Amino acid sequence: MTTQTLAGVDVELNEEGFLVKPEQWTEGMAVELARKEGIDPLTDRHWQVVRFMRDEYFAKGTGPTVRVLGKTSGVTVKELYELFPKGPAKIAARIAGIPKPKGCI
Amino acid sequence: MGDSIEKVSIIISKGSLEGIYPGLIMANGARAEGIEANLFFTFFGMEAVLKKRQDHIKVATVGNPGMHMASVVGALPGMSAIATHMMESKMDKLDIPGIPEFVEMISDTGCGLYACLASVQLFGFTKDDFVEQVQDIITVGDFYAKAAGGEIIFT
Repeated sequence: MTTQTLAGVDVELNEEGFLVKPEQWTEGMAVELARKEGIDPLTDRHWQVVRFMRDEYFAKGTGPTVRVLGKTSGVTVKELYELFPKGPAKIAARIAGIPKPKGCI
Repeated sequence: MGDSIEKVSIIISKGSLEGIYPGLIMANGARAEGIEANLFFTFFGMEAVLKKRQDHIKVATVGNPGMHMASVVGALPGMSAIATHMMESKMDKLDIPGIPEFVEMISDTGCGLYACLASVQLFGFTKDDFVEQVQDIITVGDFYAKAAGGEIIFT
């Protein structure tokens, strides 16, 4: 666990770099978290995925896997990997300030 | 992060449902973690990427102690189809994709898919027999070149 200042707020990140308290997240933090992942700027398509991740997390208690994202987010699997080459579900969850999605597929 | 896995090359050599899925799941999971991945299909593992076969993959009910079924029972007509149907309906409930859909998705993640030249020649297949996601038919030497710098997993 480390404490970092994101968008002017002190927040806790776990050892994998995920926000410990998703409710602390702001859009400004997303921009800074994305920059750390080498994603700059966040395009509308990135935002579509990031917002979808948050909605799913708060509705279901866990973020969607890549397969679920590809089926339901309105962004295809191919495009998801173009937007987030280092792993769409994992990286988008980190930017969205939610825990890493669980699930093998 | 110096000891993280950056690249995997997974070989699928068996043509049963339980022989194919683990390799597909590992390849898909690698890409989800941002790990570079390649899949190589050899011998009966090619069933997963053959147009006429990939939708007809069965669970092995003979010589499979994990089924807890005597092989003489497993050998009865229809047993493999029943076991396959049961497993597929469970997978469907868990939203695990069927093999054709899974292969397509894995290709979309940017994973490379290749068939083994020796096996292709042995069985008398051509590139046209394979689904479009198979990028190439390659030699074992090509395989090692593609796998260079990563982990190799044989299933």
